[in-house]
Amino acid sequence: MPATSIALATDPLLRFILRRADDALVLGHRLSEWCGHAPMLEEDMALANIALDLLGQARALYAYAGVVEGAGHDEDAYAYLRDPADYLNLLLVEQPNGDFARTIVRVWLYSAFMDLWWQRMTASKDAQLAAIAARAVKEVAYHLRHAAAWVVRLGDGTPESHQRAQAGLALLWPYAGEMLTSEPDEAALIAAGVACDPETLRAPWLGRVKAVAAEAGISLPTTPFSQQGGRRGHHGEAMGHLLAELQYMQRTYPAAQW
Amino acid sequence: MVSNLAHDKARAIAEAVPDPELPVLTLGDLGIIRDVAASGTGVEVTITPTYSGCPAMNTMGMDISLALAEAGFGPVRIKTTLSPAWTTDWISAEGRAKLQAFGIAPPGPRGNDAPVACPLCGSTNTGEISHFGSTACKALWRCLACREPFDHFKCH
Repeated sequence: MPATSIALATDPLLRFILRRADDALVLGHRLSEWCGHAPMLEEDMALANIALDLLGQARALYAYAGVVEGAGHDEDAYAYLRDPADYLNLLLVEQPNGDFARTIVRVWLYSAFMDLWWQRMTASKDAQLAAIAARAVKEVAYHLRHAAAWVVRLGDGTPESHQRAQAGLALLWPYAGEMLTSEPDEAALIAAGVACDPETLRAPWLGRVKAVAAEAGISLPTTPFSQQGGRRGHHGEAMGHLLAELQYMQRTYPAAQW
Repeated sequence: MVSNLAHDKARAIAEAVPDPELPVLTLGDLGIIRDVAASGTGVEVTITPTYSGCPAMNTMGMDISLALAEAGFGPVRIKTTLSPAWTTDWISAEGRAKLQAFGIAPPGPRGNDAPVACPLCGSTNTGEISHFGSTACKALWRCLACREPFDHFKCH
């Protein structure tokens, strides 16, 4: 018998937490797809390590979501037993990996934002979110340093690596703006100092991204941030395939543990 | 009635448990044990996770429970606390010396970019090969003097 999907409460704090947990879970899953396939051993370990950190951040957030919701859902229930429309991650993180350059560009765009975001969340009025942030902020700083260094190496490398970094950025750029906007149901949390308003991080994020792009010799696209909807559960085709793989074991063997 | 002696004994047992991935270190050396409270109904051990996704954390909890149960304490509860966040500054001086002797360059103090000394020959003529190593807590380095690669416990 297939495991039954869980239904989610509409509590704004729950949804706020799940949005960030889902970002970490889905990007962690994407990066784990590189395990055994990266262009060199050091990068294989690096991408797997970043994936592991993201998975750990997702677990901490899911565990807290379970407390907030109070419906008896554990980390696995959130990670494995929701239908696609109940995942609230950014469209940016669910896009297929593409080549190594595109993968690195995504980690860079995401980490450059999350580094700022977690820094601000260490001052959240919610003690548990602040505690999760205090640990995550150290990890994301390391991810950012690694990804930004690679963006410079690729952009400032051979014509081939430059072209690939530029192409990856062009493809991902329309999705990047979703990070910088809040959802209507987050306004009260922002006003209460529980959540950080991502809009206030737009300029610092853009400044950071511009600086690294300049050093890498790649140009920031002028296309608008046209793609969003993941935060409300509107996902692309890639998400269904990703979840089919992610959920396979729990759906096939409900409550399996090892 | 539980004596201070039981508390001290339980704490000593928990702190003496070896790290599952770096067995030269004890969990006491690593600085993850925040509190050990023995009462008539069992022992509660509070630990601080190192990295968010460190796969060794579950094993650490099980190893602590097992060691205390073998010494006659029980039932054991493992409590995880996130705040304040663990930092490599909590690794004991003895732990740093053990890492060094094991061939892993210990972390420097946070916020201080001191040169990393080769754990084999002591030279500070070293360089980073990769930001990430075989576990979340290590980076891969090499010594330019003795030409040997080595692990560096990242400052965190």
